[in-house]
Amino acid sequence: MLGFVISRLLQAIVVVFAMSIIVFVGVYAIGNPIDVMIDPGATAEIRENLIRQYGLDQPLWRQYITFLANVAQGDLGRSMVYNTSVTGLVFSRLPATLELVLVAITIATVIGIPAGIYAGYRPNSVASKAIMALSILGFSVPTFWIGMLLIMAFAVELGWLPSGGRGDEGTIFGISTSLATANGWSHVILPAINLSLFKMGLMIRLARAGMVEAMQTDYVKFARAQGLPDRQIVFSHVLRNISIPIVTVFGLELGSTLAFAVVTESVFNWPGVGKLIIDSILQLDRPVMVTYLILVVILFVIINFTVDIVYARLDPRVRLGGSK
Amino acid sequence: MSAALDIQGLTTRFDTRGGSVTAVDNVSFSVDRGRIMGLVGESGSGKSVTGFSILGLIDEPGRVTDGRVMVEDTDLRSLSPDHLRSMRGRKVSMVFQDPMMTLNPVLRIGDQMAMAVRVHEPMSKTRALERARDALGTVGIPSPEERLAAYPHQLSGGMRQRVAIATALLHRPAVIIADEPTTALDVSIQGQILAEVRRLADETHTAIVWITHDLAVVSSLADDICVMYAGKIVERGTAEEVIGRPRHPYTRGLLDSVPGQHAPGSHLPQIPGSTPQLSHLPSGCPFRNRCPRATDVCATTPPLARFGDHTALCHHPMETT
Amino acid sequence: MSDVATTTGETLAEPAAAPIETRAMRLKNFWSDFRASKVAVAALVVIVTLLLLAFGAPLVAPQDPYDMAMLDWLDAFLRPGEVGTGGYVHVLGTDNAGRDMLSAIFYGLRTSFTIGLSAGALALVIGISVGLTAAYFGGRVESLLMRIIDLQLSMPAILLALVLVAVLGQGVIQIILALVVAQYAYFARTTHGAATVERGKDYIEAARATPLPTWRVLFKHLLPNVLPPLIVVATVQVAAAIALEATLSFLGVGLPLTEPSLGSLISNGFKYIHSDRYWLSIYPGIFLMITVVAINLVGDQVRTVLDPRHAR
Repeated sequence: MLGFVISRLLQAIVVVFAMSIIVFVGVYAIGNPIDVMIDPGATAEIRENLIRQYGLDQPLWRQYITFLANVAQGDLGRSMVYNTSVTGLVFSRLPATLELVLVAITIATVIGIPAGIYAGYRPNSVASKAIMALSILGFSVPTFWIGMLLIMAFAVELGWLPSGGRGDEGTIFGISTSLATANGWSHVILPAINLSLFKMGLMIRLARAGMVEAMQTDYVKFARAQGLPDRQIVFSHVLRNISIPIVTVFGLELGSTLAFAVVTESVFNWPGVGKLIIDSILQLDRPVMVTYLILVVILFVIINFTVDIVYARLDPRVRLGGSK
Repeated sequence: MSAALDIQGLTTRFDTRGGSVTAVDNVSFSVDRGRIMGLVGESGSGKSVTGFSILGLIDEPGRVTDGRVMVEDTDLRSLSPDHLRSMRGRKVSMVFQDPMMTLNPVLRIGDQMAMAVRVHEPMSKTRALERARDALGTVGIPSPEERLAAYPHQLSGGMRQRVAIATALLHRPAVIIADEPTTALDVSIQGQILAEVRRLADETHTAIVWITHDLAVVSSLADDICVMYAGKIVERGTAEEVIGRPRHPYTRGLLDSVPGQHAPGSHLPQIPGSTPQLSHLPSGCPFRNRCPRATDVCATTPPLARFGDHTALCHHPMETT
Repeated sequence: MSDVATTTGETLAEPAAAPIETRAMRLKNFWSDFRASKVAVAALVVIVTLLLLAFGAPLVAPQDPYDMAMLDWLDAFLRPGEVGTGGYVHVLGTDNAGRDMLSAIFYGLRTSFTIGLSAGALALVIGISVGLTAAYFGGRVESLLMRIIDLQLSMPAILLALVLVAVLGQGVIQIILALVVAQYAYFARTTHGAATVERGKDYIEAARATPLPTWRVLFKHLLPNVLPPLIVVATVQVAAAIALEATLSFLGVGLPLTEPSLGSLISNGFKYIHSDRYWLSIYPGIFLMITVVAINLVGDQVRTVLDPRHAR
């Protein structure tokens, strides 16, 4: 187990390193940020000074080395637009995104998995067909369009919920979050539903596929031959088995939901990192883009790593591997 | 002696794209307590479907369309689904072919068995585990206490099959359907399991239906034999009679193609052709286009030829040799 | 039951090059299976209709929304059904520049389809090449290529496309390129997966033993056998490309309004959702939704039909 963890850890470090180069080079190929930053009427001298100040006159490899050296000291640079530390900026936006993602994933799981299990257990029933149709809608209709419909229906027409922004923050367990206030919830619910639909469609399909497959296995037939009722077979035998792929995907999706929040945050004007990255792309705020992308890469690596460990914990064949 | 299992006219159909296919066609047989009945046939003959039909475990698109399945004095086919479920595992259970697949890989042996105990007899988990341990002991598993905490993959194939048999035996059912339970095992392990099963049948008076394609296995184990071909029972009798004096040309062909009884180097006889697809059966006798004795009359439904208790579904049964 | 499966499912091993009539029959069987779902057939009809409307846009649309000279500010924000200065009914109303929404949607559909189909086709070709190369050569080439692909697949396509568009700039070609880079990996993985299964089979070994050039073995023998799963991925990916383009345009990094795609139309309309001018965003959105859902429904049925376990 320890060897497994170490080899995974080494792999992860290599991936992060390689990705940081790709991200750095990729982002630095985008136009000259100075043109966006300064007043077009500024003199050539001011321009030159700024370029030198940001180190943009250096060759790319030198810029990367400087960047790495700064990162090693915990400094990811300053935002060219907000003129503050990028790390501070990103981390100040992170809680908003995290709470949105958390609520969305919870909605997707709590509704999606039982629905998928039911659809797999009775694949030919009308309810199952309706569930499957919904799942197709869920992940084929673009998120931004559903978000817009939600705003039109619940904010503009009915006026029940606010159309965007994050609500008042409160404190639970010492953590400042908008999930602590009713106003906060009224703001988070629409974007969270919006963000959850795609994942819900996915969870439904996953749970259904696992269920259909598991119901055909010999161990389920054997359990039936022992006279176990279907309900017990599903809860005691099947769920344990299909939870393995579901946990895997759940983990992976947590990461992609964070990234996917880009769209939902833009639609609902949610002040998270997703909105920040869109703004920084539109304004060519390089340090923010680099930081965000590297953050995402690290996040994905951590999630993959954790999923592998959880997977190993759940499946005795992996956990006890070699003890045969 | 009353029959533990008595089947009359059991018929199971599958609705496929090519129309309805009769996988089990008017099958009748009975097994007395403590007896072992070998149900022999090639793959595709409908022997496994017969097993599942007895337990009422046929999934869509198949369904049992006709017949009576008496276990002791209850007709399983007349029961409500829930009542039928309560009979499974308690009065009639089943053991499958592949021991690698029949146990849930992510649950401990003890938990799986305790679940099977408690579904029919409510009791504490501890007592259920004791029952499971005793059952494991009965089928000759060493240190059963430790096995309870093991996961299936930690046991060998033979051990797993013993666990499955022990699970099937938990409630001392009247009937066990064993669907090729030794096919996937090594020959030496197979011998041990066969001996164990014979002993269990004698000691517990359980009636066993032993489904197999292997006549050699069945001749050493079974008391009675039914030979199935294309969904029908084509020959039925005591093991001694069927093996010693086969009446149906198909049985003769099967017996002749068992290696080992012929002089080394001599040509091994075989049945020409292959198992017919159930959707494209010839009229009359389904075996006639592979049969050396076939004549024009075989295109009509064959009669049941009787030789005492020994019967064969054939126009031209073999003479006593 | 396993007995039945072995008998009815028993088919003779087919030769590598299937006879013509078998292929025709397989196509016929495919169609009869496909037809089993009324929803999928309806979706197919919808797709064909939308394609006709999109590529026949200059013929069916009342106005050319690209032609700024034809736009009149007096026509701005006409409600659906009102008659503008052109003297015809604006069935779906007009936008803030006086553009007829119906025409804009037809032209927008054309842009969306063009982008979706070309991105899908390019990604398919590149993906197949990469996947087959990896599967055929094996060893280091395979592990390196597949490592890159896995890494790329673990990132959401939207993020990748977003960064690429930011790098490449706005425009139809740029968007197509970004989508291809974001999507080829799905095809590559599918091809590779199917091809590795096929690779182990005897007929490939046999073909490799003959002095046929490598590419012939790859394209004549391996490719036809990995095609079914690719067809499914292709349908889904075309829908995904259309949705992705719309999303990018909505976020403001895709196409400008002078080249209307459904996404840029919705993006433009989104500015007015608080002012009761719903038709600017709702109608292009409905067309987008219908397009994407219809393609996915067809893809779903194709998947069901091609699934080897779908034995009925």
